This record gives sequence, C-alpha cells and structure tokens, in this order.
Amino acid sequence: MADHQPSTIARERAAYRKRQTVRSVLIAATSTGVLGTLLVVSVTGAPGWERVQQSFLDPRIARDALPDVLTGLWLNVQLLVFCALGALALGLLLAVLRTLRGPVFFPVRALATGYTYTFRGLPVIIVLYVLTLGVPGLRLEGMPSVLVLGGIALVLTFGAYLAEVFRAGIESVHASQLAAARSLGLTYPQTMRYVVLPQAVRRVAPPLLNDIVALQKDVGLVSLAGPIDAVRAAQIATAESFNYTPYIVAGVLFVLLAIPLIAVTDWVTLRAARRQAAR
Amino acid sequence: MASRSLPVALTTATVLLAALAGCAPQNQPPPGPAPAACTKADMKTRTPGKLTIGTDDPAYEPWFSENLPANGKGFESAVAYEVAKQLGYARVDVEWTRVKFDNAIAPGPKEFDFDINQFSITDDRKVAVDFSSPYYLVRQAVVAAKGSKITGRSTLADLKNAKLGAQVGTTSYQAITDLIKPTVKPQVYNSNDDAKKALQNRQLDGIVVDLPTAFYITSAEIKDATIVGQLPQVGLPETFGLLLDKDSPLTGCVSNAVNALRESGKLAELEKTWLAEVAGAPELT
Repeated sequence: MADHQPSTIARERAAYRKRQTVRSVLIAATSTGVLGTLLVVSVTGAPGWERVQQSFLDPRIARDALPDVLTGLWLNVQLLVFCALGALALGLLLAVLRTLRGPVFFPVRALATGYTYTFRGLPVIIVLYVLTLGVPGLRLEGMPSVLVLGGIALVLTFGAYLAEVFRAGIESVHASQLAAARSLGLTYPQTMRYVVLPQAVRRVAPPLLNDIVALQKDVGLVSLAGPIDAVRAAQIATAESFNYTPYIVAGVLFVLLAIPLIAVTDWVTLRAARRQAAR
Repeated sequence: MASRSLPVALTTATVLLAALAGCAPQNQPPPGPAPAACTKADMKTRTPGKLTIGTDDPAYEPWFSENLPANGKGFESAVAYEVAKQLGYARVDVEWTRVKFDNAIAPGPKEFDFDINQFSITDDRKVAVDFSSPYYLVRQAVVAAKGSKITGRSTLADLKNAKLGAQVGTTSYQAITDLIKPTVKPQVYNSNDDAKKALQNRQLDGIVVDLPTAFYITSAEIKDATIVGQLPQVGLPETFGLLLDKDSPLTGCVSNAVNALRESGKLAELEKTWLAEVAGAPELT
C-alpha cells in the first residue's frame, strides 16, 4: 500500500475538503468570538455590573458558603436516589395496572387513572405540606421522619408523571407483538414481562430520565418541612451575608450534578436511534 | 529648629481639630432643646404640667397589665412611669390616652406627648415620626410544648440535645447556631407558621422566636405551649422606642431620660421584673 499514489483528482478533492474544513472552523471561531465579546461587553459594561459582581460573584463568600451548601447537596443526592427508585417502581406499577384488559379490572384501571389525574394536577408543594406537616399532626405511633414523609410525597407526585410515560411506551408496542406472544402460548403476565415491557422501557428511556432530572431539582423542596438542603443552606448563607453568591454556588453544583444524568439521557437516546436505524 | 517648631505644629493641629470639631455635624438626637429645657416647667407638653402618654386599646400582657396602663404594672407601663419620673413628672401628672397602633405611626398631629406600644424603630417609620433612643432590645426566646423534654430547663447547656426549629434568615436561627449550638441539626422553615405547626405536631422539642412573638404564641396561638426562657442577646436585634410626633420638641428630652434609665440599670431591672419574673420568661444562662 505504501507505493499507492492517489490520482490528481483525488488529491485535489482532499485538498479542497481540507480547505473547506479549515474555513468553516475559522468562521465558527470568529462568530463565537464576536458573540462572546458582545455578551461580555454588554454585561460587564452595564452601569450596575460592579454591584452585581459584588453581590452575586464574591469568591470569598462562595468559599465560606461551600461547605454548608455541599452538606445540603448530599441530602439532595440521597433523597434523589431513593425517590427516583421509588417513583420508577410506582410509575411502572400504575402503568401496568392502567393497561390491564378485561372488564373485571375496571375498578383497578379507574383507580390508577384517577391517581395519575390527581397527582399530576396537585402542586408538589401542597403534597409535601400535607405529608410532612399534616400527617405528623395525627401523632400516630411510629411516625417516620420528615425526610421519609417528604420522600413519600415526591414519590407519589413523580410516580404519577412516570406512570404516564410508561403507559405511552406500553401502548406504543404494536398489537401484532402481543398477538405473536399470545400465539406462542405466553400468558398475559409473561407477554408483558418478556415482550412488551422491554420494548416499552427502551422506547421511553429518554423522557423517563428527563423526569428524573426534574426530580433532582424538586427533592430540595423537602426543605420546607425543616431539613436543610443545598438551596436552603445557600438561603441561610445569603441571609447572613446579604450577598447572593451562595445561590450561584448551589446553582453551579446542581448543574454539575445534573450533567452525568443528562449525558446518560443523550447517550441512551442516541443508542436507541442507532438501533432503530440499523433494524 | 525642630524643638521650636514642634510646639507650634502641635498648637496649630489642636486649633485645627477644635475648628473641625466645631464644624462637624452633630449626630445627637434631632434638634431638641438643650438639656436645661428638660424640666417640667420648660417642656412644651400638650397640657402644661401634665405628661400625656399614648398606648393601644387593648394593651396586652406582659407589656401592660389587665389593659390598665395607669396601674404601673407590666413592662411598658413601668417604663413609661420611670421616664415620666426622670423628666420630673409625678405619677398624678401622667395621663394616658388610647391611640390605635396604625394611627400613632401615621403622619399628622398627635394626641400624646409620647406613645409606648412596642414600636420597632425603623428607617421607614422615622420618615413619619420621631423615636426616642431604644428602651428595649428584642430578645430571642425558646418556646416548647408543655411537658416536652426541655420545659423547665434553665441553662443553654440543657438545650444541647434538643431538636430546635426557627424561621430561615432570622436572628432566631442565628441564636440557635451561635448560642445553643445543638448537637441535633436545627430545622429551618419558610415561616414561623410552619415552625409552629411542627411544634404542635411534636416534630420538634422547641422553636426559637423573638420574645414578643413567644408571648403571642403561648397566650393566643398554641395553648399547650410554654416559654422555656429568654436567650442572651444575639445578632442585630430589633429595638423598641418611644414614639413622638415628627420633630417634636420633646424628642431630645425623652431620649435623654431613656438613656439615663438604661445607664442606671433601671431598664434592665424592669425587664427582669416584668418580662422574666412576672411573665414567666426566665433568662437562660
């Protein structure tokens, strides 16, 4: 292969492509640079920039607030893991119940439907208030901690969202798949387990993960019942210093926390698209 | 040369400083009369020879007693009579008048020489009215459910293992973290209402609120709650001042009287008597 010489036309074509690549990179760089400069100049040149910088971007205050915000963030992470698992399980269960066939299952279907209507409509803050400050008012024996109650509130709410996503996935599996499975002699549960659900879950993986990212931000709402999460820790630090930098610290940490999840979502979407195309 | 120029320089500096001090704006109480005018004979009160003091109707415990400001009982009634005494008015020279809280703060002519009604001193209010120097710095207090594990405790150390709550961004929260430093993580709420709910639910051993709020909670809002005690002063406390008409000629005199009472320890003594002992909000040490 070493003595292979591409033809003149081939070499000209390669050179042309190279020139075009360099040219488009240069144009992209220039346009990015111009836009960036414009943004920086218009923001930093604004008359109030000094004040905004002092009250939102003070490195000393950021450093002071970081330990407390991180401690709070750990609470968010723990809650996220448990609530995500709980909500996924509840959502899947509800979706399966809602797609049961046969008149005998009508009450189950109706209950599951009513549940998703109710909890998708209810603001999560109200569910949290009822569970974290209302339910303990019953003063029953063995009342779980505020964190557990808050987690249940989030699972109830997000379970309803996820149930609808799962249902969309289940219903998107073509009827012929069911017919084929039943004709092979699989029972209904077996059909769901081995034929329908695997396809359904794969199809709706991106919106499922999207809801989990939304949950990640909402777990902090448990702080209204007392526990200190990352945003609350930032709020406390802000109240002490009259400076909003701690909020920026918390915001950056949340984005960092979301990046892996979002990356996984994108990767799953891409892989699903490739598989569809390869079929 | 140096030995001769030094005294000259010093003299010049002294003269300059004196001149500067003479020109410097006075940060003293608003252009009130000179202390010499602060006598019963010279004071321009509404009724000459009498001191008319306003407060709200009803006047609440423990600031007043039995809605009778003239009985001298309750913290604010006692303070009012001490101020009057300081200004040279005997008990019989004091007349009380009832003015609604909002009317007292509204601009316009006043029916009192000064009003005492837990008025917090704020810059916004100073636009409309005058305030004396503060006679009370609001303290933080611990409120617990009756029969909870911290009722009847008397030291800060006794509260170490209590689960406490407070509203976010308040001096109350600061009091927990700076003074009590509990081993259990404090709970933080959006509002005092949420904290009170958690207290009622027995999710907390106690909540920290300012003392006036603590009196209100225990007397009117949560019947089975009790004040454990007052915490030492912390943070930037709210202050109560006597309220006077805008640019009242009496402001300077009344402020001087309050300052004298504070310096003599009389205010602290009244606080101890009427808030800590009579009203049952002992000091936590």
